[in-house]
Amino acid sequence: MKDILEFFRLSGEVLYWIFIGPFRGQRLNFPALFHQMVVIGVQAWPMTALTSLSIGLTLAMQAAHELSRFGAASLVPDLISMSLLRELGPLMVAVVVIGRSGSAVTAEIGTMKVSEEIEALEVMAINPVRYLVVPRFIAMLLMLPVLTIFGNCIGIAGGWLVCTTTLDMSTMNYILRIIDTAQLFDLYSGLIKSFIFAWLIIIIACQTGLRVTGGAEGVGRATTSSVVVSLLAMLIANAVLTGIFFIS
Amino acid sequence: MPDPIIEVKNLVRTFGQRTVLRGISFNVQKGETLVIMGGSGCGKSTLLRHVVGTLRPTSGSIKLFGEEITTMTNAELAKFRLRCGMLFQSGALLQSLTVGENVALPLIENSQVDPKIVELVVRMKLELVGLTGFDHLKPAEISGGMKKRVGLARALALDPELLFSDEPTSGLDPIMTAVVDKLTNDLTKNLGMTAVVVTHDMVSAFRIATKMVMLGVGPRAGTIIAEGSPEEIRNHPDLEVQQFINGEPDGPVPLKLSQESYLQHLLQRPG
Repeated sequence: MKDILEFFRLSGEVLYWIFIGPFRGQRLNFPALFHQMVVIGVQAWPMTALTSLSIGLTLAMQAAHELSRFGAASLVPDLISMSLLRELGPLMVAVVVIGRSGSAVTAEIGTMKVSEEIEALEVMAINPVRYLVVPRFIAMLLMLPVLTIFGNCIGIAGGWLVCTTTLDMSTMNYILRIIDTAQLFDLYSGLIKSFIFAWLIIIIACQTGLRVTGGAEGVGRATTSSVVVSLLAMLIANAVLTGIFFIS
Repeated sequence: MPDPIIEVKNLVRTFGQRTVLRGISFNVQKGETLVIMGGSGCGKSTLLRHVVGTLRPTSGSIKLFGEEITTMTNAELAKFRLRCGMLFQSGALLQSLTVGENVALPLIENSQVDPKIVELVVRMKLELVGLTGFDHLKPAEISGGMKKRVGLARALALDPELLFSDEPTSGLDPIMTAVVDKLTNDLTKNLGMTAVVVTHDMVSAFRIATKMVMLGVGPRAGTIIAEGSPEEIRNHPDLEVQQFINGEPDGPVPLKLSQESYLQHLLQRPG
């Protein structure tokens, strides 16, 4: 319960430094922002590509196998586009980013906490939230949706690989079919999801990092807890959002 | 006498069950160098953290430049911190930045200075601590003593009116210790800076102090057992003070358990 309050308090503080702080002469830390965008976003592309490709391939293989028993193999692209854009794309990319960047952010901030670096920032009148959390927050909120779009494309390419090699479907046919079935809302709902996942992941990671006590062991514990809590929060949020978007 | 720069009254701090500071009071005037001494773990660093405002006391009052800081919000405190510099025991440099960027950090973040002037100030401050030419290295690539000197350069970056140093000379060679002591003396005597230094190093302590405070250990832990000018402390009648400044292994502060209690302690059964 206290953690949830703390989550909202930190979110509020971050929003203050983004939207109000700059007008009171407290600049955003742009070099750090670009650096974090590279670390969180750009450097995550190989892992994201691999995961999405694997998801696209397996999804297409399973769908091809099951659907051709009913003579409905032509529906494989429909299934791929819908499940990737709505659910699996945002989810798998978020899992990758939690494992890669969420844990790294917690470990980095936690290490700074135990080695007195955070305290040193405070003594220099530099707010640690403004200096450390805000760049990571903005970078995550921008890069996770971007990675999700990228992952969706790779996943769809994975499906194409299966469809053209095993189902005798032409490339043109596959592309037309995907464009035909994919609704713009499917893409939007996935992007809104990944935006909310990004918010959860980065605030939980920073919050856990800033709270570390107890040396190297504490940093390890915090990193584990950051990953576990982020995953849980993201899965719950996913269920709730799917409910809101597609049931109600 | 003018108002003191630092005024600490009846400072008490408890961590859970343990009372670390029990009623500390002292004043520091402008231009003075206060040395805080005491055995390891007696609460010197904790005391310093309270004066600089990163820890809040359980009770008591701390005034910096005549204003109470214990009840201030962090935003209000930030203004005072621009007038203070602090050197941490470990240096506390940001590992992700180079030495030069670390020294430049307070300038870049707290003022709108031209990058060329920042660079000039960084060079000046690094020269002060004898580290010219090291500005492009990362903290992981330099030694412990060098980190501490970079920490001092960073603490001095904004030309503070008040400098807090937590063991500035531990881990430095004798020559560097003398350089850092001379630097502290120059800054306080010529520029009117006020310094509060926590140290174990008695040679260095008597070289820089204009006023000394000693915290007790054992039954008198968390209280001031001696206070005065270096001369008064040198001739202080308290045996614990004498043991500490002369560095004797045995005295009022026993290093080891007595023969009987040691046997008892060894033979104690668990549970």
